[in-house]
Parts: sequence; C-alpha cells; structure tokens
Amino acid sequence: MNVAIVKYNAGNICSVDNASRRLGIVPLVTSDPEQLMKADRVVFPGQGEAGATMEYLHEHRLDEVIRNLRQPVLGICIGMQLLCRHSEENDTACLGVFDVEVKRFAPQRHEDKVPQMGWNTVMDTKSGLFENIDKPEFVYFIHSFYVPLCEHTIATTHYVQPYSSALHKDNFYATQFHPEKSGRAGEKILENFLNIAD
Amino acid sequence: MLAKRIIPCLDIKDGQTVKGTNFVDLRQAGDPVELGRVYSEQGADELVYLDITASFEGRKTFTELVRRIAREINIPFTVGGGINELSDVDRLLNAGADKVSINSAALRRPQFIDEIAGNIGSQVCVVAIDAKETDGKWECYLNGGRIPTGRDLFEWAKEANERGAGEILFTSMDHDGVKNGYADEALCRLSEMLTIPVIASGGAGRKEHFRDTFVNGHSDAALAASVFHFGEISIPELKRYLRDEGITVRI
Repeated sequence: MNVAIVKYNAGNICSVDNASRRLGIVPLVTSDPEQLMKADRVVFPGQGEAGATMEYLHEHRLDEVIRNLRQPVLGICIGMQLLCRHSEENDTACLGVFDVEVKRFAPQRHEDKVPQMGWNTVMDTKSGLFENIDKPEFVYFIHSFYVPLCEHTIATTHYVQPYSSALHKDNFYATQFHPEKSGRAGEKILENFLNIAD
Repeated sequence: MLAKRIIPCLDIKDGQTVKGTNFVDLRQAGDPVELGRVYSEQGADELVYLDITASFEGRKTFTELVRRIAREINIPFTVGGGINELSDVDRLLNAGADKVSINSAALRRPQFIDEIAGNIGSQVCVVAIDAKETDGKWECYLNGGRIPTGRDLFEWAKEANERGAGEILFTSMDHDGVKNGYADEALCRLSEMLTIPVIASGGAGRKEHFRDTFVNGHSDAALAASVFHFGEISIPELKRYLRDEGITVRI
C-alpha cells in the first residue's frame, strides 16, 4: 500500500512516519502533488499555527490538491483544523472540507489549562476508524483550539465542553488527538484508517 | 476527563541511563530505549530524557538516541539538557522529540522562551525550574542546582508562562532524592497562579506521594525516576491505586 504524508511547514511530521513504520508501512513524505494524488492513503498531520500553515499550503498550491483528494485522507491535529472552514486562530480561512468553525478553548475554571495537554477519552465513537475500540479509550491531545460538535462528528471528548475529537465526511477523516503518540489504542486507530475501504 | 500524567524521567550519560540522588552519585539503570519501552507498556503517559553529558561528542550520541527513541516508542517524550539556542531545539525536534525542556538557558536569557514559542509553538516548550527554599523564600538555581540566581521561583514561573512556555516542570531541590513527598505547597501555589500545566518533580517515595501532589499540590503531572528505575513502585500498581483514590488516570 502506498501511504503519503503531506510534507509542509508544520512540526511533528516525522512521528507519523515512525508510527507507520512500526505498523510495517514505509510511507512517502512528500509535497509533490502528483505523488499525493496517486497514493492509496494520505495522512495530513502536524502541529503548528493555522495562519502560517495555510499560507504555506496556498503558496505551494497544496490547498487545492488536498481539497480534491479522492482516496481516504486522515488529518491529524492542525491537519484536522485546517480541513475545516475557518479557524479563530489568527482569523484564518481554511480548506473547507468540513463546514465548521475552529474555536479557541475559553475555560471557565482555573483547572482547565490551555493548551489541553495529555490523555483524554474519546466517546460516542462512530465509523470504521474506531473499529475494535469499544470502551472510552484514552488518547493523546495537545491543542488550544477545538472543533465544536457538528454533523461530521464521529468521536466526542470533554474538555471545557464536549467537542469533536474526530470528524468524517466522504473520504476525509480527521482526529484532533495524535494516534501516532497514543500507545496501542493510537496504533489501532491508524491501522483502522489504513484498512478503511476506499 | 483529562487524566493526571505519570512521567518517568531518565537521566542519560553517554547513551546510558543513570540517576543521581540529590544531583550527585550516579547509579546505572539500563538501556534508555528498552527502559522507555518497558515504561510505555506499563502505562507511563510520557517520558522525559535528560542529557547530562556536556561534551560535543555526547551531544551527538544523545541526538542519535533521540532518533532511536522516536522510532520505537509510541507515547510522547520530552528531551532536555544542554539546550541553549533555537538550533538545539530544531535538532532535537527533527530527531523526533515531542517537546524540549529548557532550564539554565532560559534563566540566563528569558527571550529564549519567546523564540521557541514564536518560531515553533508553546506546546513544545517545557520550562524546567530547580529551586530551593531558604527562610521561606524559593530561589531558582542554575546548572543542575549548583548556582543560586537570586530569582524568586513564583516570579520566574509567571514570567515563563507569560513569555510562552507550554508547561512548567518544577523540581524542589529540597525534596529531590529524599523520597518524602513532593513540594505540594509550592506546587499548589504555582498551579493556582499559572495558566499552563505544572509537572511536579522531586520527592516521590511512596504511592501516596503521587496522590498528594495531585490532590493537594493540584499538579497536572508527576515525574519520578529512581522509584521506577529500581522497581520500588510499579506503574500499573500506582495507577490502580490512584484510580481507587478517585483520581482520573489512563489505565
């Protein structure tokens, strides 16, 4: 199976590369549109800031390429947020695959620190992405912005309020948490994505 | 609910794990990658690897080690030790570390925190603080606790927070190695004051100490070394205990 990882100006891209290799897959880390379009699976990962990453994608014409991918695509963390319509982070217009607005956590209690950093549970999971994940499983999060619950929500997490920890629409999947850093549960979710039917 | 984190810390010298008691007397405790994998399988939530080698050669060895850890470990890990400029941060993140921990360099040049936060993001920037209480005042120390700075712990932690640190890792030098519990009073004050997570470090000896720092110290995470390395506390047992005490942990 050909798995491509979108190479752009976000951090933490090599951790998805490493995680795929642990599953026996050697992915191609690339920003070449041709390679991205012909891969069987595309992972759009990373940590970063919405404005700078969108600008980079636009300059390199990756915005159009990603938006028009037809194979299963998995956005992770900032990748998920960039797949949404708009982000409050520096008032950034994003890719618009998921018609939803990314918001900043506004905690009411002092115990809720921003960023949310650490392990939290995913609940009410739907879709094949969470196959064989049958109890509220802990996965690793590190983020200050979140996607509210919406029609595309396939997993819910509670922090400050309930929000979307995973999304799905057509061939696009996305997780706010980092499956590549979420131990065995994360590996299972990545594996599920690789095995998902086209 | 967000879980309280248990973080084993591994001190690395020349590619091997060591642990000092009160920052001296190093004892061997195994291969860093193997040990990391064991901890991760036991349920550790994160790992911290501290490079205590000072030489250029040692630094290269450590970067290579970071690459190996990133390939083999499936939970987040932080690296620290000898990080003085942005190029050090880039080198270690590119090798696969999730976060970097900076200490003396930040005290000497606080702007360093802004640089990391601005260029890479707050989430990768852990500011570690070693402090000691003298006559009711908590003072920050440099170079692994060797040089007093005259800076107040709380004032410095607040400044680090404002400059863009993503977490504070506070080690009480008075409690470190003594195994009599964490500095929960100071931790509680930090936690109340800051808008970012606080990691407690120094003083773990019994399971109850972890509960105390989460309940009384309001710590978001607890770091320990020797109690884990020498099997005095097992992580699965610790987590079951904490769960039974009503604390949210990942099991």
